[in-house]
Amino acid sequence: MRFLIFNYGAGNLFSIRAALKKEGVSSDITRTGAGVRQADAIVLPGVGSFDQASRALPMPRLREQIESGKPVLGICLGLQLFFASSEEGRGKGLSVLDGRVRRFPSSVKVPQIGWNTLNVIRSSRLAEGVPTGSWVYYVNSYYPEAKGRCVAATTSYGVDFPAMVEDRNLFGTQFHPEKSGTAGRTILRNFVRVVKR
Amino acid sequence: MPLAKRVIPCLDVKDGRVVKGVNFRGLRDAGDPVELAERYRDEGADELVFLDITASLEKRATLRSLVSRVAENLDIPFTVGGGIRTMTDARLVLCSGADKVAVNTAAIRDPTLITRLAEVFGSQCVVVAIDATRKGRTYEVSSHSATKQTGLDAIEWAAEAAKRGAGELLVTSIDRDGTKNGYDLGLLRAVTTRVNVPVVASGGAGTKRHFLEALEEGGCDAALAASLFHYNELTVREVKDYLAAHGVTVRP
Repeated sequence: MRFLIFNYGAGNLFSIRAALKKEGVSSDITRTGAGVRQADAIVLPGVGSFDQASRALPMPRLREQIESGKPVLGICLGLQLFFASSEEGRGKGLSVLDGRVRRFPSSVKVPQIGWNTLNVIRSSRLAEGVPTGSWVYYVNSYYPEAKGRCVAATTSYGVDFPAMVEDRNLFGTQFHPEKSGTAGRTILRNFVRVVKR
Repeated sequence: MPLAKRVIPCLDVKDGRVVKGVNFRGLRDAGDPVELAERYRDEGADELVFLDITASLEKRATLRSLVSRVAENLDIPFTVGGGIRTMTDARLVLCSGADKVAVNTAAIRDPTLITRLAEVFGSQCVVVAIDATRKGRTYEVSSHSATKQTGLDAIEWAAEAAKRGAGELLVTSIDRDGTKNGYDLGLLRAVTTRVNVPVVASGGAGTKRHFLEALEEGGCDAALAASLFHYNELTVREVKDYLAAHGVTVRP
């Protein structure tokens, strides 16, 4: 099994790759999207800025694969790219989920940096075995304001925002599972299991 | 549940070994970085900071391979600093497995570096490290591993760094560093009341109570220590249990 990690040219791909390797998955890293058809799953990693990623990603190619049903895991910024737009910039996202990405209110310190807890609001494949109250690691200034049933878990930070989303073949975490200790490991394992099926 | 306050062991690395001195001088060997990183992770460290303290001074590149070795076994976040002068330096460190980069001397020399880093990598992975020395009622920023005075006011510099896009400030009291007399709460309070980004307290931790003071009186989001943990005088677990018993939200 091989996963394809998209490189927006701006961040730590080492950790997610190492974490997937521990789950028995090798991954390739791509800028152009070469090999995306052959990949078993796509990972949109979580460091960088919305505009930079929006410019760097091969949007039509990626959207085509997502629409074909290939499992995608979006982490942090990667999750935000599922949506149409972000207050972080003018670039366009993938628009595969309804909603937009907003900045945290000024009543809290921005970025949110650190460990916060999950509130699981419905059962999902991604959050299986991850109870409400689990600690996960966040590093984000923006969060998706998602509409519809895609939200599987939330976290509170100035607002209640989507921590995990799951809709058909789209999976996303606003936190970094590869940096979230035991809970993060379970979530990555769940995603790998979904892809295997 | 609010965001947990963080306890962060700091690994000062020189020539591939963790070292610790007093007031940045008289360095002693404190162990293997990879072993220490794993020990701290197991003890419940919320994050690690890895500073190549020789980099600015001797113009050496950050120890990228070591960063990778440490990060490979770590499922907690990890900041790397020391000798990061350019966008390329930052990119290489992030690609080696770091989650955030800390800049200090280079940002003082060229504050636009902070903005450029934030634009490309996002503010959330840009830490500005500020080394401050008390000068009467004010604080002055020093650079080059605390060997040079800059004439900059530390609180003004903190505000400017945040405005330019720093996602976090790592504020070290040079006067307190390695002394175990407690964090400089005046310095920390001055910074935390001025900026709206997370602040990490550094320099002077000697007891569990010092951590509590930095987080409550100092208003910090995280507290960092090195020698205390390296020499087993306190474990991360002991500090976190103490904080929890005093009503501070920590990740168990």
